[in-house]
Amino acid sequence: MVIKTLLVSLVVIGVVAFIAQQIDPSNAFAQWRNPGARALTADQFKGLVISGLSQGVLYGLIALGYSMVYGVLGFINFAHGEVFMVSVYTGYIASHKFAANGMWESNFLLCLVIVLVLATTVATATAILMERIAYRPLRNSPRLIPLITSIGVSFFLQNAVLGFFGPSTRSYPQLPEWLSKQYSIITFEISGTKLMVLAVTMVSMAGLWYLVERTKTGKAMRAVAEDKEIASLMGINVNRIIVTTFGVGGAMAGVAGIMFGLLFRAVHPMTGFLPGIKAFTAAVVGGIGNLGGAMTGGIALGSAESIAPMMILEPLGVPGVTQLKDAVAFTVLVMVLLFKPSGLFGEQLSSEDRP
Amino acid sequence: MSTETDTSASPSSSDKGQALLEFRKVNTHYGAVHILKDVDLEIYPGELVCLLGGNASGKTTTLKALLGMVKPTSGEVVLNGEVVNNQPISYRVSNGVTMVPENRRLFKRLSVLENLMLGAYLRNDKAGIKEDLEYIYDLFPRVKERLTQKSGTLSGGEQQMVAIGRALMSRPKVLLMDEPSMGLAPALVQQNFELIEKINNEGMAIFMVEQNANMALSIADRGWVLQTGMVVLNDSAEALLANPEMRAAYLGEA
Repeated sequence: MVIKTLLVSLVVIGVVAFIAQQIDPSNAFAQWRNPGARALTADQFKGLVISGLSQGVLYGLIALGYSMVYGVLGFINFAHGEVFMVSVYTGYIASHKFAANGMWESNFLLCLVIVLVLATTVATATAILMERIAYRPLRNSPRLIPLITSIGVSFFLQNAVLGFFGPSTRSYPQLPEWLSKQYSIITFEISGTKLMVLAVTMVSMAGLWYLVERTKTGKAMRAVAEDKEIASLMGINVNRIIVTTFGVGGAMAGVAGIMFGLLFRAVHPMTGFLPGIKAFTAAVVGGIGNLGGAMTGGIALGSAESIAPMMILEPLGVPGVTQLKDAVAFTVLVMVLLFKPSGLFGEQLSSEDRP
Repeated sequence: MSTETDTSASPSSSDKGQALLEFRKVNTHYGAVHILKDVDLEIYPGELVCLLGGNASGKTTTLKALLGMVKPTSGEVVLNGEVVNNQPISYRVSNGVTMVPENRRLFKRLSVLENLMLGAYLRNDKAGIKEDLEYIYDLFPRVKERLTQKSGTLSGGEQQMVAIGRALMSRPKVLLMDEPSMGLAPALVQQNFELIEKINNEGMAIFMVEQNANMALSIADRGWVLQTGMVVLNDSAEALLANPEMRAAYLGEA
C-alpha cells in the first residue's frame, strides 16, 4: 500500500511539475525540485516519441514469442532473448560477408532481404531446437522445471556465442545514406532506419495476425493453447503445433534481431539479455498470452522508457535521467504487477484454467 | 493373440454383422492400479448403447481406451475389424470414432464456427464440410444464429449443441458421449436425451456413458454395467430395466 501510494504520487508530481515547466520554466513549482528546469521543445518531444516507438515495436516483436509460448505451454521461455541475440549475430556475419564483396553498397535492398530471411531462418531453427532438446523431455514435469531450464539454455547460448566470437562488441557495416537521412512525416522528423523498422514490424505483425486468426494452423494453435486434450481429440497433432508456436515466435525474434542490428549497429554476447527481459516485461504489461497485448505492451514500454525520464524524472530533479531508461522499464513492471497483475488485456485466470 | 471374433457375449449381436468398435479382453493400468479387467465390448452400426456404472468403475477409462488416449496393457481395441491399439487418436478420428467430452469442453475463446470447423480438422473435402455444416444448422437452428459468438458466452444447452455439432463435423460412424446430461439444467436433460435419440434415429451409432441410468436405458438398445473395471451385466435395455439387481443398485429403488 505504501509503495503504491509512493509510486503514484511520484508519477503525479512529476507530470504536474513537467506541465508547470512547459508553461513557464521559471515558475516556482517547476523550480521546486529542479532549479535548472527548462521547457522541452515540441521537436524534442516528438523525437522522444519516435525513438520510443521504434524501440517499443522491437520489444513487442520479441514479446510475441514469450506470449505465444506461454499461451501454449504455460511457462516463460527465458531463453527467448537469446534467440533474438542469435539473429543479431547472424545478421552481423551475413552483412559483413556482403560488405566484403561490395554488394552491401551496390545492392543494399537485396542484401537486406537475404539477411532478413537468413536470420529469421536461423532464429526459427534455434527456437525449434531449443524446444526439441531442452523443453520437450520436460513436458510433463512441474512448470517450475522448464522455467529453470530456460535460464540454463539462455546461459548456454550466451556462452556459446561468447566462445565463438569473443566478448568484444562487433558492429554492423555502414548503412547506405538514404537510411540515415531524416525524413519529415506529418511534422515528425524520423530517420530512414526507424521508418524501416516501423514498416517491417507492421508487415510482420500483419502476417502473424493472419496466421493466427485466419489459417487452419492458427486455429489449431489457439485450440491447443486452450485445451490440449480436446485439441488432440479433434485430430490436431499437439506436438507439431507446439513446435510451430516456438518456430513462429523465433521468426518474430529473428525479424526483431535484424531491425535491432540496423538501428543500433552493434552486437555482443549479452545483446539478448536486456531486450529479452524488457520484452518479457512488455508481454506482462500487455497481458501475457495475449498477442495484441504483447505488441501494445511493447509500444507502451518503449514509449515509457523514452519519455518518462524527461517528463517525470527530470522535473523531479533526478540527476542523469537519460541513463535511467532501464530503471523506468522495470518500475513499469513493478507497477503493473502491483495494480493490474493480469496486464492491460490479460484475462483473469484461476489456477484450474492453467495447464 | 487370437483374432477370431467372439461375439457370444452380446445377446443381439448375431444378426448384425461386423462390429464398428470392439474391445477384446482389454486390460488397462494406471501405474500399478488395475483399472479395466478383461473387458469385452462391441458396438454395431446404428445402435444406441449405454455404459453404466458407479464412480471409479472405469467408464471414462473405457472411452479413453476406445479413442487411444489410454493404451491397453493387454487385449485389443478393434475399429472396423482392424486392430488399432497402436494407432493415434487422429487415425481413429478420421476412421469414424469421435467423442463429445464430459462437460462439453468447448474452446471457449474461439467462435462457434471455429469450434465446429475444428471438428472437421482432419478433413479436406470442402464440399462435404459445407454439407455437414448445413446439416448441423438444420439440426440446431440456434447454433446458426450464434456462429460468430465466442462459444464461452453460450448457455449450457447451446454449448451442448455446439459440442455435439463439433463431434458430428468429423463425420463419425460412432459417437462416444461422456456424461451428456452432466451439468445441464433439469429441464434440458429430457431435451438432450431426445436429441441423442434423434441423431441415433438418423443412423449414427452412439455409445453413451451416463449417470442417469433410467433415462439412458429408456432410449438405449443395449446396456453394459461396469463394476470396479469388470463387466457385470450386459443385456438389452428392457431386460436391464426389469433386472431386480440393476433396479436396486443403479435405478434408485431399494
